[in-house]
Amino acid sequence: MLLNASGCLDALTAPDTARQLDAFVTKTVTPLPRGGNPPVRIAETDVGMLNSIGLANPGREAFLAETLPRLRELGLPLWVSVGGFSAAEYAETCASLEGVTIELNLSCPNVDEAPESAAEIVAACRAATSLPLYAKLSPASWDVASVARAVEDAGADGLSLVNTLRGMKLGPDLRPVLGTGTGGLSGPALKPVALAAVYACFQATELPIVGMGGVATGGDALDLLAAGATAVALGTVLFSDPSAPARIRAELAAELAARGLSSPEQATGSAHSEALPTRKHLDLGSRV
Amino acid sequence: MRREPLTVTDREAVGPYTLLRVERGGLDPGLPGQFFMLEAPGRLLPRPMSLCLAPPRELGFLIDPIGPGTQALCALEPGAEIHVFGPLGNGFRLDVERPLLVGGGIGIAPLPYLSQRLGEPPAVLGFRSEWHAEAAALVPNAEVVVEPTLVTDCCLQGFDVLACGPEPMLEALRAVCPGAQLAWEAPMACGYGACYGCAVELDGEWKRLCVEGPVLSVAA
Repeated sequence: MLLNASGCLDALTAPDTARQLDAFVTKTVTPLPRGGNPPVRIAETDVGMLNSIGLANPGREAFLAETLPRLRELGLPLWVSVGGFSAAEYAETCASLEGVTIELNLSCPNVDEAPESAAEIVAACRAATSLPLYAKLSPASWDVASVARAVEDAGADGLSLVNTLRGMKLGPDLRPVLGTGTGGLSGPALKPVALAAVYACFQATELPIVGMGGVATGGDALDLLAAGATAVALGTVLFSDPSAPARIRAELAAELAARGLSSPEQATGSAHSEALPTRKHLDLGSRV
Repeated sequence: MRREPLTVTDREAVGPYTLLRVERGGLDPGLPGQFFMLEAPGRLLPRPMSLCLAPPRELGFLIDPIGPGTQALCALEPGAEIHVFGPLGNGFRLDVERPLLVGGGIGIAPLPYLSQRLGEPPAVLGFRSEWHAEAAALVPNAEVVVEPTLVTDCCLQGFDVLACGPEPMLEALRAVCPGAQLAWEAPMACGYGACYGCAVELDGEWKRLCVEGPVLSVAA
């Protein structure tokens, strides 16, 4: 299953790209409208890109009244990314939604965080809705697997891994390029980070995982599946190639076929079964 | 709008800038002021460039090599292939009675095509040096200044101003030219409304320059 990463596609301005996906994930919705962060908001680096958008969105009321009905006309399964600045704010938005999957944005690096832990926010949202709840986690935690276990215990139905990492770029004047100084790092630099997080959370929980971070080819998507993802989301690659979903889907099918696999599901977690004999082999070596 | 791999046909130095020509392929040149995302070899993100020239079967872009992406574009050899996506955004409205083109620096990039479409109206162009001012040759009927000159000192009265240039120049025009059409610029990742990187706050409203601009009209 192929999705977009939240905030990396506007299905209303680019419906042809959205229709290449199996589901569309909205930009994060917060209770009140947000203009977002001051420019400059985008900076390319040698290994990825930084963004400091700051959860620009029309706010929950306008989203429900105007954006969501128009999105439903696309006929695609919808995931609504929910944000907030307290557990109660997340829960209120969750309670207002129907007929969608919810992705809780628990990890935007560009805005202040809610005071509650990820698990506390998930628990509040679980109490507010019976819709499927995915928790989008930051890879910046030293132990993302323990956060994953905590949100699983709190009632999450799945994980989205990973959000961007906080980063900075300096200009020729040795001042930060971005208006807010720092931003979220995405693109190729994020792929090894995503693989490690997906791998760890696959072992730590029973939850389905949407893997994302630096996917630019079918081979990248296959890597995330092998690490444990059950679905893959595209982010930065959409900025340079609006036809990336169709291309990556075709490349993934070819990668799977070349390995004798008939479906993406067969690839999910394959990195782990390979890991067992390797670990045994290392143990044997240490005894010699 | 379409995205196609297009072959570079020519590369020519124009002062410090490079005029890069690619085969048009199946792409529509669009309106003057609209832009294309050009794949910058070796870089993660494409670069937005307004169309400078639209000769038959070609698209021409005037590029200032200010960073790694634009430098990679200016180093392209004829025969090289890059992905080009466009035309994007909103261009200049051409239903004007007394057009005056105003350009500053690399901001003159969309003016040659605009001049052609409007029947070569008068133009006022400012550059920081004689070397940069070599680009003025691309715009017919242009008065060129190299000495620092305030755009508001130009005789704008009675004209329909269509402008592109540095932000302070555009801000000055916005203050004194109701109805002027101004082409703005901001760093952007995608060019088609996906990234929200190019959003700017104008008159209390946030606008994505790639889909609501880059040409915006000053309230009349």
